[in-house]
Amino acid sequence: MTAHELILQSKAPYTAIAKHELPAIAASSDWQNKYRILMNLGKQLPVFSSDLQRDELLIAGCDSKAWLLHQYDGITQKHYWAFDSEARVVKGLVALAICQLNGLSNTELAKIDFTALLRPLGLYQNISPSRQNGLQAVLDKMAEQIKAAS
Amino acid sequence: MSFDVEAFRAEFSFFQQHPDWVYLDSAATMHKPDAVIKAEVEFYQQHNSNVHRGAHQLSQQATQLFEQARDTVALALNVRRREEIIWTSGATEALNLLACGLMGTVLKPGDRILLTCLEHHANIVPWQFYCQQHGVLIDVVPLTNELELDIAAFQQLLELKPKVVAMAEVSNVLGTISPVAQLVQLAKAAGAITVIDGAQGIVWQRPDMQALDADFYVFSGHKLYGPTGIGVLYGRYELLNNLKPLRYGGEMIKTVSFTGTTLNQLPYKLEAGTPNIAGAIGLAAAVSWLNNFDSAALTAHKQQLFTELYLGCQAIKGLQLLSPQQNNVGILALNIKGEHPTDVAALLNEQKIAVRAGTHCAMPLFQALQLPGAVRLSLAAYNNSHDIKRTLKALEQTVELLQ
Repeated sequence: MTAHELILQSKAPYTAIAKHELPAIAASSDWQNKYRILMNLGKQLPVFSSDLQRDELLIAGCDSKAWLLHQYDGITQKHYWAFDSEARVVKGLVALAICQLNGLSNTELAKIDFTALLRPLGLYQNISPSRQNGLQAVLDKMAEQIKAAS
Repeated sequence: MSFDVEAFRAEFSFFQQHPDWVYLDSAATMHKPDAVIKAEVEFYQQHNSNVHRGAHQLSQQATQLFEQARDTVALALNVRRREEIIWTSGATEALNLLACGLMGTVLKPGDRILLTCLEHHANIVPWQFYCQQHGVLIDVVPLTNELELDIAAFQQLLELKPKVVAMAEVSNVLGTISPVAQLVQLAKAAGAITVIDGAQGIVWQRPDMQALDADFYVFSGHKLYGPTGIGVLYGRYELLNNLKPLRYGGEMIKTVSFTGTTLNQLPYKLEAGTPNIAGAIGLAAAVSWLNNFDSAALTAHKQQLFTELYLGCQAIKGLQLLSPQQNNVGILALNIKGEHPTDVAALLNEQKIAVRAGTHCAMPLFQALQLPGAVRLSLAAYNNSHDIKRTLKALEQTVELLQ
């Protein structure tokens, strides 16, 4: 699979996650159910083949290995991502962030508060964007990519 | 003497603050009894002054407390001379001091040293760094299939005549106890200087330096119920005296001119700058406090909990236990089949079970095991049977959620 194909194949799953799982997690009252959904999010998303698990895509500062691929469409000014991680919790958390950002333009992204992306999900009891799970590092990287294109 | 775990637990205010948590990360750092915290607070409130240099009585009192702390540790470890106890910030600094201090003095280009596959990065990287600079070669003792040090390979590698053999008393990942007393004798017979990393071993069994007969032994205070930022380098006097200091300045110096400097005597010449005075006093308080308890009873209690944990985990389908049950200080490294350790730890965290996940600063060991990491559950004497029951339940829930 090429990088471009990976971005393309990630689009529909991210849209579906935004439509179904994102509200389902927010609506769940017990943590087990939230995690049951979170831990299985990755299964909907494509896996990075070994040739795409490239060092330059690695997110530094994760306890597990994680790769972020970014594509910017200069004509429509829209951003697209694909993401993979060895850890299901990381892949799930990042999917919940990307699904709210994927396909948005520079102007749309500029209005979004990255620190509040996962707040309505009620996962914040113990799981927060931290150095350990790498979510913060991924969000920082994405902000950097957006800034470079804007 | 029977052991009352609830009375022991009551010595730690931390558990009253966090009654809903199960703390199984004592191999990372232990909780500190109120006696240790009180000793540090008292020092600052009642005795604070710098040591060794004050012209006033307050400084002399602080110096006396600080040097008494050294005596307490010296007595506990049964060393020959009190000057053989050097305060460091922890085991890591002590190992850095040794790796730096032996280069050029004992270790010359082309010499070899011997490490083991079980080492923590702190007992690998300082050696690597200084060995590269000085052209010293490193050999590594492999493990057997039972994850024990390969003694036959150890003996073969001794034939290469390493000048230094440095090894952990207890594996920080697996919890297994290496036969260091036997290995020290083998290494000495081959003419090597022996270094024991006691970071995980110190709380398992207080070592007797004269009986163990190693040349150097290091440990951190915070893994012995003591404060962070304080540790000990024990060394045989003559060998310590020949070490090249890692740091320069302060009390370690006798005279200075711009043409040259004369160093002070041991222990001061290896303790540059203002030491962690309150930390040393806190560590001594931890050692004295531990003397109130029967160490055999503490160990028996921990072993009982470990057996309960181990057997309970064996009964949970989907768990892969890495640590051997036998010859173990109370550390259980495990994985859930096919799952990343980070995921397991995240789900345990959600259930308020504190564990560590990852490679535990022992990447070479995980390379040998061909695993990306593990979840580590480490016990201390303040854990109780309730902790084990809750952990087993949480692990069952975790396995279920990951299905």
